[in-house]
Amino acid sequence: MSHLSEELRQKILAYLPRYPSKQAVTLPALHLVQDALRYVPLEAIREIADLLDLSPAEVNDTMTFYGFFRGADCPLGQTRLWVCRSLPCMLRGGEELLTHLGERLQVRPGETSRDGKITLEFAECLGACEGAPCVLVNDQHRLDVTNGKADELIRELKGAGA
Amino acid sequence: MAEFQPVLLRRINQPDSTTLESYRADGGYRALTRAVEDMSPAQVIDIVKDSGLRGRGGAGFPCGLKWTFLPKDHPGPIYLCVNADESEPGTFNNRILMEKDPHQVLEGIILACYATRATTAYIYLRYEYGECYRVMQRAVDEAYAANLLGPKILGKSFHLDVFLHRGAGAYICGEETGLIESLEGKRAWPRIKPPFPAVEGAFRKPTVVNNIETLACVTHIVDRGADWFKSMGVPPDPKNPRDAGSYGPKLYCISGHVNKPGCVELPLGVTVRELVDKYGSGVWKGRKAKGCIPGGLSMGFLTEAEFDTRLDFNGPVKSGCLGLGTAAVIVFDEATSIADVLYNSCRFFAHESCGQCTPCREGTAWMMKIMDRIRRGKGRKEDLDILMEVGSNIGIMPGTTICGLADGAGWPVKTALTKFRSEFDELVKQGPTRRLPQVAAVH
Repeated sequence: MSHLSEELRQKILAYLPRYPSKQAVTLPALHLVQDALRYVPLEAIREIADLLDLSPAEVNDTMTFYGFFRGADCPLGQTRLWVCRSLPCMLRGGEELLTHLGERLQVRPGETSRDGKITLEFAECLGACEGAPCVLVNDQHRLDVTNGKADELIRELKGAGA
Repeated sequence: MAEFQPVLLRRINQPDSTTLESYRADGGYRALTRAVEDMSPAQVIDIVKDSGLRGRGGAGFPCGLKWTFLPKDHPGPIYLCVNADESEPGTFNNRILMEKDPHQVLEGIILACYATRATTAYIYLRYEYGECYRVMQRAVDEAYAANLLGPKILGKSFHLDVFLHRGAGAYICGEETGLIESLEGKRAWPRIKPPFPAVEGAFRKPTVVNNIETLACVTHIVDRGADWFKSMGVPPDPKNPRDAGSYGPKLYCISGHVNKPGCVELPLGVTVRELVDKYGSGVWKGRKAKGCIPGGLSMGFLTEAEFDTRLDFNGPVKSGCLGLGTAAVIVFDEATSIADVLYNSCRFFAHESCGQCTPCREGTAWMMKIMDRIRRGKGRKEDLDILMEVGSNIGIMPGTTICGLADGAGWPVKTALTKFRSEFDELVKQGPTRRLPQVAAVH
């Protein structure tokens, strides 16, 4: 049985005409799978490899280079919350914010809250230093995040899609 | 002097600044129309060459010259890779350009492809810029619908496809050959050069890699001419025959301990002091600055006494830094421990080293470990010399690594240890005097 839905396979194949090589679809495919399943299972790696005429080892090699993708041992929660720890944010309380969020969610960076709602991550510079400390909610910036705003954000994310 | 009128940021506060309609109402795509109707590709290259435009991504390489390195009469395909992987700490100017005025960027991309005869452009966009992704994709869709992209652009025999390609959170993808490897679906290990991308780049074909801000400048150069562009900035130093000048407007990012962090557009050559005092509204909490990083983390440090350094392509070098970099100024106040700042820098590079070259992989990790014990007051007296030695010997300049990431890691270490030496000596001598909070563990 195929691990990837027909819809997902079609979405991956739709990227092929954009590039002169099939291998170039590796990152788009990994993004599609992780978005849908919240992690990239080994079976999916094999199926992506199959679709792109690659060895599963090639897909796995690319996937594991980018700390971005998760395997079966640590799937993502519903929302991925990145907290910037690079210098501009660090100077304005980024590390304290990360610690605060870790305490509130009772997780360490990389882990997911027990209700499966929020995965906390540290990030290197998110490119929104005018609003330091900043966080990224999946792929959307929130600027000037105080501890109070962080608590509000947690409430918002925990209430979402309940 | 009259107040400088922004060029690249002039439209960002308008409502609907992202739509094709509003861009056109402000004269958008006028340059492109004129170029495809009245100019040959070679003439577009010449204008950009004459303008003295240098790459805004960090290295400052002359843009027009880069385009001439493509082989002549190549049967194609030729690719343009747009470097939108902006990840240098402190840098966010490209994010603003893409979020607020995507068509200005896109017009530059189309002009660059017309000039270089590239038939496909890939915008390699860091994953974290989700808003940029959506805004740019809408702009690309609008451009296809308006015959500004696709086959027979504006009725001419000019074909171009533009695709957005999202990264996956790796700083090294901003290095041009790392970007190409990543685009090809591989780990982003930079390539040994030569061959340079212009000869053998993406998919082994001739490729130009340009930064977003550089391409936005191209739009205005073609619209208003090389002389207009050269009326801004700093001409070449007559005493330095290799200086290509620092012409045009530049987006300066100001962050850290200032009252008003933000991005401001000014002619190249503004001093750090002006940026901090005038445009950043001074150092926060009524304090004084201890120093800054003048051009993104990789460039090294300036002390407060060096704040009169001009941020053009030469100024930071004269003050002992690696270069202008991305012109992102990160200010820290007098109450900040230089050891904490340098540790943060070392941690960044250790995390982002791609692991291909041993001196960088090992060197950045050891610099981080040594800096961690120094900032905890557990430094050994030989540590500062070891840091200096590692910082000076890893990188493409000493010739021990393939790309410049390690140079960027070493420069902050070298300059901090030289310029703030007494503070480091003191920390090593006095031993543990402060308890640092245990920062959340790494996953």
